[in-house]
Amino acid sequence: MSAGLATGLITNAAGRRVPTMVNGREQEPYKGVDGHRPTGHKAGPSIRSNSDYPANGDKRVPDLETALRLCGLRDGMTISSHHHLREGDRVALTALQTAARMGAKDLVWFPSASFPCHEPVIDLMKSGAVHHIEGSMNGPLGDYCSHGNMRGLGVLRSHGGRWQAVQDGEVHIDIAVIAAPTADFFGNADGSHGKSACGSLGFALADSVYADRVIAVTDNLVPFPCIPWQIQGNNVDYVVQVDSIGDPSMIVSGTTQITRSPDRLRISELVARFLCDSGIMRDGFSFQAGAGGIALAFVDHLARMMKAANVKASFVRGGSTKYLVDMLNEGLIGYILDGQTFDLDAVRSIASDPRHVATSPFTSYNFHGKGNFASMVDAAVLGATEVDVHFNANVVTHSDGRLLHGIGGWQNCLFAGCTILAVPSFRDRIPVIVDEVTTITGPGELIDVIATERGIAINPKRQDLLDAVRGKGLPIRSIEEIKAEVEKICGGKPSKPRLLDYPVAVVKWVDGTVLDTVWRVVDDNPYAPKVSGGE
Amino acid sequence: MTSSAAPHVADARGEAGRAGSDVRSDLHVTFEQRTSGGIDIQLRSRVDLYYGGAIRQQVRDVLQSLGVKHAHIDIVDEGALPFVIAARIEAAVRRAGLAEGKSSLPDAVALPAPSPRDRLRRSRLYLPGNEPKYFVNAGLHAPDAIILDLEDSVYFAEKDTARLLVRNALRALDFEAAERMVRINQLPLGLADLEEIVPQSPDLILVPKVETPEQISDVVRAMELIAQQVGVARPIWLMPILESALGIENAFTIAKASSQIAAITIGLEDYTADLGVAKTPEGTESLYARQRVANAAHAAHVQAIDSAYGDAADGDGLLRWGQASRALGFEGMGCIHPIQIEIIHRAFSPTASEVEKAREIVAAYEDAQRRGLGVVSLGSKMIDAPVVQRALKLVARARQMGIVGNDLASGAQS
Repeated sequence: MSAGLATGLITNAAGRRVPTMVNGREQEPYKGVDGHRPTGHKAGPSIRSNSDYPANGDKRVPDLETALRLCGLRDGMTISSHHHLREGDRVALTALQTAARMGAKDLVWFPSASFPCHEPVIDLMKSGAVHHIEGSMNGPLGDYCSHGNMRGLGVLRSHGGRWQAVQDGEVHIDIAVIAAPTADFFGNADGSHGKSACGSLGFALADSVYADRVIAVTDNLVPFPCIPWQIQGNNVDYVVQVDSIGDPSMIVSGTTQITRSPDRLRISELVARFLCDSGIMRDGFSFQAGAGGIALAFVDHLARMMKAANVKASFVRGGSTKYLVDMLNEGLIGYILDGQTFDLDAVRSIASDPRHVATSPFTSYNFHGKGNFASMVDAAVLGATEVDVHFNANVVTHSDGRLLHGIGGWQNCLFAGCTILAVPSFRDRIPVIVDEVTTITGPGELIDVIATERGIAINPKRQDLLDAVRGKGLPIRSIEEIKAEVEKICGGKPSKPRLLDYPVAVVKWVDGTVLDTVWRVVDDNPYAPKVSGGE
Repeated sequence: MTSSAAPHVADARGEAGRAGSDVRSDLHVTFEQRTSGGIDIQLRSRVDLYYGGAIRQQVRDVLQSLGVKHAHIDIVDEGALPFVIAARIEAAVRRAGLAEGKSSLPDAVALPAPSPRDRLRRSRLYLPGNEPKYFVNAGLHAPDAIILDLEDSVYFAEKDTARLLVRNALRALDFEAAERMVRINQLPLGLADLEEIVPQSPDLILVPKVETPEQISDVVRAMELIAQQVGVARPIWLMPILESALGIENAFTIAKASSQIAAITIGLEDYTADLGVAKTPEGTESLYARQRVANAAHAAHVQAIDSAYGDAADGDGLLRWGQASRALGFEGMGCIHPIQIEIIHRAFSPTASEVEKAREIVAAYEDAQRRGLGVVSLGSKMIDAPVVQRALKLVARARQMGIVGNDLASGAQS
């Protein structure tokens, strides 16, 4: 009984049919990349008075249950959590299970991202404790939602879109539960130290400011003051000390080895050469790359080209890894503006190097910010599951329509000076370049370059880029040409899987409008490989 | 109890290919012949929703061309491309003892132009012949050649399946500008390889473990017979691999054994094993053998090609090896991973100063030709004829490598 069923559908500016009502709230359809300008005032948290808090600053309570009770846990509340502990997180699930044990019903879970470790939330949805999830869903949670089992519609937002939704009042967080690798009894908290250190806590910042009640859960309580702090204790209601907030081995990885896959290496080298030959790689430039296989190899290639050309980057946005930290230490980049800290080297670096700075979706992505870092970056190298001949791209669903992956910062990064999607042209006989993407996550007008192992397609609207790389020996081809070649290899166009005319989730654009709909899947392929995305 | 109660008794059965969560771009086929009931397909495929219909249709088409009318076929598919599916089904049917004299060939891509005998052969990328996932993009990495290997990288029990897979790959895949090479097995096993491979017009066949010129003559005779039967007219070059002390001693006569020989090469794993010595990164133990091969090749006017460098992660070591190899007179070597290609091309390229020097000599030579002078001189120095010849060769090679543009073809700018 999806809430979407009861509402009408309207065709938006991307040509996609989207619900006009989502989870009881009226929606604005997508109006184009820059088409939406809400006015008025931002939502505000409720007024608090410091005389209601302990004068000695000690906000500790014995356990999470006590904290939730003191927060006034009620049926239908929205509870938020954050994914900086990634697959190692123990706090989000514990909080929801505790609330369920206390008898709460119809909760809305508002995570900044869910991971496969959160699979037991399915049981909480079945029992009625959790009504629906507004956040990324993949793996078993994605399958549950894709089959229309969730009572509400899933709402997929970018990291920036999550902040925007909170500021617009579209989502009101009743209780934020923040996993804190280090905290003091006042609630000052940070992620760079402690046995569960994870780096930046940027995803929890909005919640700490806008939620009605904020609980910090830590396994490393330090004497006041917790220095440095990224979460200000002045925003925190209660502090809970626990033995463990997560599994350190799953929170940060060891150094991820650069891929040995010849095709991925080729794609990453082509991207690096593109930046070099197009002139984007010049002294003082900036870039962003993630922590996936192609992105890491790209950074490795780029570092070598920068050294050879004696070029330094002014700053890099991350997704930080050992490879960026090495570049920082070698003086190849001036600063790392870090949104998420992926490996041990990066966690050590953010804890000790003042040029490695924790940032947040507010500094980098928020639509209601007065500017943001992501649009100041010269080039962003991203991935996608599907790309179409209009350069639209999909990151949220598999080609069969199942939810695969969250949006993360992906949509926000499309505003970089040059957005490059580095993708294989097909995976396991499934073409990545298609006539029309299953779910639009990013409009083609913001996507400048698609780099595959079979060549680089430049968006025809970027004549400047086409001119810049002409005659440089790069394999520049039209996207139609690459698509035709891939279809020939794969044995024709793939069939389109059937999807029911029954919304199970919506994809929001960065401004809060509805960009596309995720439909209920019909056909199950028991032999399809298991997907376990992140964010 | 009796067979009359079971109309679907299987009287022949065959399996081929691989499947499982660790396998990509391959499939496992179980074929059972039936006496009635038509074609019954059971398919589990990663890509069922996109290509399930196409796969079922292909199964019927392949079985029809193999002359199979009634069968149960069970397929577990890990996203294999059509040329692989066809090869695995054919292999399973043949293992069941059927399809005598029949085959099911995939659609052919246009054959590239025939390969010149003296083309660039700096890098040749080895592709294990039973590992289809590496085939389709191999040409994109721009090696001078790819080698579809039927010999050491293929288990003995899989020679028959690899042979069909390689045949289909030669036919269906575009390897871009790479020369299409196949390493066959030693005769007599290699005869069966030739029967499948020669009709697909590979550009070059590597013959392993050659010790005598007679072994080459046997291969040449077998190839001629097959080429006549199927009407292959274009040249298929040979590259004997010398991998034993005896082979090395016979390098020159082997290199001269056929006018189809375009190059000879050395296999260091087997050679060092034959000598009972360790193979080292420095290669001191094989220096004599490599020099002998280089000298024999030049004496016989064929290319000298070096072995592969086994540590794909050691780019610096590879570059050193390649440069030393070029200095000994080799023109190329094998690669086991695409990341080695660019390094090998660098190692076997003349340096900028070598090219510059050679172009000066060529310009002086052409100037002397124009002026009808018998003696070529550069500044105050007289240039000997062999030096001119070497310079001409170097400039021509540099042009093939794209180091020297065609606008400078004459070298006669003033």
